[in-house]
Amino acid sequence: MAITTDKALANASAARGRLIQKRIRGAIRSVFIHTSLIPIAFVFMLPFLWMLSTSLKTDQQLFTYPPEWIPNPFNWANYPNTVTYITFFLYLRNTLIIAVSATFGALLSCSLVAYSLARIPWPGRNFLFILTVATLMLPFQVTLIPLFLVFKNIGWVGDFRPLIVPHFFGSALYIFLLRQFFMSIPMELSEAARMDGANEFRIYWSVILPLAKAALATVAIFEFIARWRDYLGPLIYLSNQKLYVLSLGLYEYSSQYGREWGLLMAASVLITLPIILLFFFLQKTFVQGIALTGIKG
Amino acid sequence: MASLAQPVVRRRMSQTNRNTINGVLFAMPWLIGLLVFWIYPTIASAYYSFTKFNAIQSPEWIGFSNYIQLFTADDNFWLAVYNTAYFAIISIPLAIIVSFGLAMMLNAKIRFQTVYRTIYFLPTLVPEIALSLVWVYLFTPGSGLVNVPFDWLGIKGPCWLTCPAWSRPTIILLALWIVGQQIILYLAGLQDVPQDLYDAADVDGANALHKFRHVTVPIMTPVVFFHLVTSVIGALQFFTVPYIMTGGTGFPAGSLLFYSIYLYKNAFQYFNMGYASAMAWLLFMVALLVTLVIFRSARMWVFYAGGENK
Repeated sequence: MAITTDKALANASAARGRLIQKRIRGAIRSVFIHTSLIPIAFVFMLPFLWMLSTSLKTDQQLFTYPPEWIPNPFNWANYPNTVTYITFFLYLRNTLIIAVSATFGALLSCSLVAYSLARIPWPGRNFLFILTVATLMLPFQVTLIPLFLVFKNIGWVGDFRPLIVPHFFGSALYIFLLRQFFMSIPMELSEAARMDGANEFRIYWSVILPLAKAALATVAIFEFIARWRDYLGPLIYLSNQKLYVLSLGLYEYSSQYGREWGLLMAASVLITLPIILLFFFLQKTFVQGIALTGIKG
Repeated sequence: MASLAQPVVRRRMSQTNRNTINGVLFAMPWLIGLLVFWIYPTIASAYYSFTKFNAIQSPEWIGFSNYIQLFTADDNFWLAVYNTAYFAIISIPLAIIVSFGLAMMLNAKIRFQTVYRTIYFLPTLVPEIALSLVWVYLFTPGSGLVNVPFDWLGIKGPCWLTCPAWSRPTIILLALWIVGQQIILYLAGLQDVPQDLYDAADVDGANALHKFRHVTVPIMTPVVFFHLVTSVIGALQFFTVPYIMTGGTGFPAGSLLFYSIYLYKNAFQYFNMGYASAMAWLLFMVALLVTLVIFRSARMWVFYAGGENK
């Protein structure tokens, strides 16, 4: 009895020792990680910090050398000025129209197609899947010119349609991600719903989609950010200044006389902030969403 | 017997038919999209590549002339090929190392994890045009920050973006700033590494390096594979950043004239649509070839937990 207690005590203290050792090792590790992450984080913040700092400078403050990090005094006026220097809110509205419609289109079309590829056995779906992955390998330059000509011939060049409509017809990367995710949902769920008399669309809509929220959110965020930042598409298709988006609007700060750095950077900060917040609050969903879709094939 | 089996067979038949109909219906947006936005343009651009075509008059068949001119009489083409190959060959391995490494650290359970992740994603969120202009500003010696530390040391700093000797390495360095999406991919992959493999390695007395080499890396090879394939295409398409940084010129001395920029200029500035289409198809062929080589090599180094190669 006494011996066993001693043994138990010895075991317990050994275990505690291991635990403490583990804690110390963990602490050393986290200090090590923080000391490597912090300087690199500074490097990664640098462009944004510089944007922020420049957005608060007057023209005179801009051209001091060496450049100063913290402007003295802060020139807040750049912010109210920048939204009138270009028609900021009009461009914001245009960007939102395109980004929101394209995101909606991508979610709808890609989830339907992915459902077909993942959960309906039909001849030809494997071939379609291979074709889908193959389009990922196709450089955009190949389709750029004929697409431009098609849109030109049907009179769509110059408005939003070439930037929105294609997104309602699927996109390989998202189809791929969603297919992988849908495949991980047990087939029994569909079978059970079918027994209850649900048709295929009903199963897709009320069984599968609600289970795929994380994956759908990931696709939505990817697509929204991509459209928010898109430059080449608007550059090619938009010519009427009233329809410009923010990324094109940023070009208006440059002229033959130079560049309005302070105003440009203030606008850039305004454009970037919403997506930073979006990312900050949704990054868990993001990582989870992709982890679940299993990029690993 | 026969009368019993009959309805079952008919029902199964109709289920197959229904599946086919449903499958095609659900896939319909993409079937149309593939045809209109991918297959037709790909074929059309192959046709245009054999024509002289300014987008206003109808295309005029000229056989292989575009290709012959590209290969034999266009120095800018070879310059663009060189610049793009240089960029791809150096930046892709670096991007893999950087994003994998950062993802390892960002996966550790530490305080402020979310803040760190957001910061590392930050350059990926800034509009490319703003980012590119900030980079130009920061990396112009004499006004930007980049050479301030060199001034402190009393050394003359490099010329960065303003001279051909430095401009290519500089833009590779800058491209390493926008690896946010890749970091996310690796982070997602790291969520899938089974903890019991690490525990087993612990029991065997493996140190951190062993665990990384023999557990993490093999499990992560499919992610590296995915990254490799997509970044080849990405590098060949590198456009917005150098286009904005150089104002579309590819300066200094053409050292930042990337393939996509030269193609864009041919198509939308000189309206040589046929010539640009030939460039696009050559790019496609190269992309296809490189991708095939990578896929071929996959069975030697990509490890699938399920034991089957998909």
